[in-house]
Amino acid sequence: MMETRKPLLLSLIDTRGGIFLGLIAAATILVPVLALMVPANSAFALPPYLVALFGKYICYALLAIALDLVWGYCGILSLGHGAFFALGGYAMGMYLMRQIGTRGVYAHPELPDFMVFLNMKELPITWWGFQSFPYAMLMVLLIPGLLAFIFGFLAFRSRVTGVYLSIITQAMTYALLLAFFRNDMGFGGNNGLTDFKDILGFNVQAKETRVALFVASCIALGAGYLIARAVTESKFGKVVIAIRDAESRTRFLGYRVETYKLAVFVLSAMMAGVAGALYVPQVGIINPGEFAPANSIEAVIWVAVGGRGTLVGAALGAIIVNWGKTFFTGALPEYWLFALGALFVLVTLFLPKGVVGVIDQYKARRAATHKGGTAAAPAAE
Amino acid sequence: MNQLPRLRAPRARALPLPANGAKGLVEIFSFATAAFVLLLLALFVAPQARAQGESTIIIGLSSDKFPETERALNDLPGSGLATAPQIVDALAANRLYFNGPARKLYFADEAGKMFDAATGEPADVMASALKKVRINNAVRRSLDAARGALTLMSPDPAKRKAAADSVFKSRDASALPLVEAALEKETISANKKILEEARAAIIASDSGAPEVRRLEAVEVLKSRGDQDAVSVLTTIASWSEGRVKAAAESASSVIQAKLALWRNVQNIWYGLSLGSVLLLAAIGLAITFGVMGIINMAHGEMVMLGAYTTFAVQEWARTSHPGLLNYSLFIAIPLAFLVTAAVGILIERVVIRFLYGRPLETLLATFGISLILQQAVRTIFGANNREVSAPSFMAGSFDFGSLQIGYGRMWIIVFALAVFFALQFVLRATSFGLRMRAVTQNRRMASSMGIDTNRIDALAFGLGSGIAGMAGVALSQIDNVSPNLGQSYIIDSFMVVVFGGVGNLWGTLLGALTLGVANKFLEPIAGAVLGKILLLVFIILFIQKRPRGLFALKGRAVEA
Repeated sequence: MMETRKPLLLSLIDTRGGIFLGLIAAATILVPVLALMVPANSAFALPPYLVALFGKYICYALLAIALDLVWGYCGILSLGHGAFFALGGYAMGMYLMRQIGTRGVYAHPELPDFMVFLNMKELPITWWGFQSFPYAMLMVLLIPGLLAFIFGFLAFRSRVTGVYLSIITQAMTYALLLAFFRNDMGFGGNNGLTDFKDILGFNVQAKETRVALFVASCIALGAGYLIARAVTESKFGKVVIAIRDAESRTRFLGYRVETYKLAVFVLSAMMAGVAGALYVPQVGIINPGEFAPANSIEAVIWVAVGGRGTLVGAALGAIIVNWGKTFFTGALPEYWLFALGALFVLVTLFLPKGVVGVIDQYKARRAATHKGGTAAAPAAE
Repeated sequence: MNQLPRLRAPRARALPLPANGAKGLVEIFSFATAAFVLLLLALFVAPQARAQGESTIIIGLSSDKFPETERALNDLPGSGLATAPQIVDALAANRLYFNGPARKLYFADEAGKMFDAATGEPADVMASALKKVRINNAVRRSLDAARGALTLMSPDPAKRKAAADSVFKSRDASALPLVEAALEKETISANKKILEEARAAIIASDSGAPEVRRLEAVEVLKSRGDQDAVSVLTTIASWSEGRVKAAAESASSVIQAKLALWRNVQNIWYGLSLGSVLLLAAIGLAITFGVMGIINMAHGEMVMLGAYTTFAVQEWARTSHPGLLNYSLFIAIPLAFLVTAAVGILIERVVIRFLYGRPLETLLATFGISLILQQAVRTIFGANNREVSAPSFMAGSFDFGSLQIGYGRMWIIVFALAVFFALQFVLRATSFGLRMRAVTQNRRMASSMGIDTNRIDALAFGLGSGIAGMAGVALSQIDNVSPNLGQSYIIDSFMVVVFGGVGNLWGTLLGALTLGVANKFLEPIAGAVLGKILLLVFIILFIQKRPRGLFALKGRAVEA
């Protein structure tokens, strides 16, 4: 890669990335056209609920890329990435709640409905500033980032690794789940935040807003992919991969392993936060259920299905699995858990490198037979 | 307020007394315990006077003024009105009607049939033509006191006890004569004690009573020694003076100190009980995770399968062998072990053995298995909670000091410890245990020495799963048997194992009991949910300090 000296951005895009970004670009153009320009009675018209559904998949794909960055490239299996996703979502939800203003049931100019209902007299300090969009967006990045920083700082410094780390990340999201269920936390308790009206002055229910949110999600996904690529392709990324493969050896070579891990973990948490923030206005609700440990584990299986350590595969896995979920829960709701469970087992047993890994293997074998075994397997792993 | 000691007595019995002479005296003795009061009754409460009392009550209740209603209710228990119980019940149920101008009172029964309240005869009136007797909070208090007083002499001992308790709480001075009368009649010693305490509460709260009697009463209250006694005593101390105040204050502080001690004992007991449940849930995990290094996310579902086995055994006993129903747990325990051990071995052979040395993949695969098992149970048994009844020997409780110990909880603690020591025995004193420990310490070396490591792996996983199944039998007694049963325990179990340290069963024991007790001590301070969060945060921080738990495994195997 180094000797070809392409411009920085292009050097990040290999064939696979090119296809991936091309697909995102196509979706970014096609969905608005089909949703807004094609007449509603046409067979090609995209109803608004499908736009929101696709937008949801895109957000999940971004979450999967964030998870792949820590798991696929740094060997940190986080079972708590749902927590960062949900925190980003809450930050966005708080902004949206403050936009409701006097249109709530209790028509209070400042307090959201649930606070009036809980007899709160003034806005808790945690909610200050969330009426401002830039501030809310800053929090979308900062809050998950800060949690990841504190958590990661403590965990990596004491060399908590492997399954221990997985279990305490799970405990972290579980503790947050319990905490957000409490009304005293001031985040809507059990019901969470919902009944959103506007985002930046546009009605969240409107078709145009949904399309705009979808486009924003696609752009975020593309940007997230490029950032992840830039990180993994850099010298920094090579060290991270080295940590994944031989942590002690990397440490003995003189690298400060915990600093590298912390940086990747925080970056990944921020990406997950952005995904959550884009997710909330599209589904119209954020509640403590998003913190459920099962959600985080499900995100891990998206990455596993697509192929970890490939980024594109992670995004692909998120879309495949969630499309399957939509299909199953609509057609055969009883069997969705069977299917998901089987997916977990079969992928770990038979597809350790995921769908993308299978494609790579196939290509490598074909290349080997054509060129007499000179081509090495792509360095995905 | 009429302070005369009047006893509510059925009119038919009370009336013949003065007339019947000697026979009447015999009857007096047959009434034995109420003799003195009955005598008083015969002397003071001439039928005329009582009739007047009755009519005042009827008039009071039909006055449509709250203070009048209240006064009438206060007089009601002592009035001897035969329909008094129906009147208070009707008033409580909003079925008491009056006709203002005629000064007549009616009550309706549950079916809506109307009766004249003065005589108890059916009355030919329409409820719609009458007004209801209204209630406010003050009236409601008097109503409750009147109901309490009226039930003091109920033939049902449980009702008498409840009535005595309510008198104790209300400390209504007008109930004193009734309490004393009831005390003389009472034969059950436990009820007698409560009546005495109620009497003491009334006397001690009566500023007009002689100091000596009040001091005696404070002593009685002190001997009762519970939170209610404290609240009575502090009220007395707040307005009394001199020796009574001092006595009440010292008595309440003595009781409070004792109560605080018992609260701690109780917290420890509840904590041990919770800890034993955690121990049961975690101990199987300690084998699979701690000894074999397998992250079994389906462990909770093994617990759930054990609980469903219990349910199935109980259903089988209920339908075909009702005699065994009470002992079905003894069948369920070994059966649950076998069922879940078999499922565990199957999982190990089909899935996990291909994933040794890849702990993260094992985690994901077993999570998938847990989803499949949950959905399978939901499909077979339905998503609703299934009820598993407790056998007779696990129902009820006994008192240990001020501590109420439920047999169910107690047996679960015993069972948890029995399982723990049985497992220790298997690991320490059997050849299977020896081989298992050898494989744990050094797989290749063990293999070289001729140990069939594959077989040991399968059996060890089966053992861990089987113990989870037995935990399920115990949990079916205290928790809802539902497909989600296991999920609520899995994170807690992992916390216990991680906290206690991997590869050491004593660590698991200590971890489970510590977390259980800590949880119960945090609960009253921080609330149940916040307590749990604090504990999770504590464990997360603890892992930073001791990444491998309280009892860390030492040696070469650690870094492997």
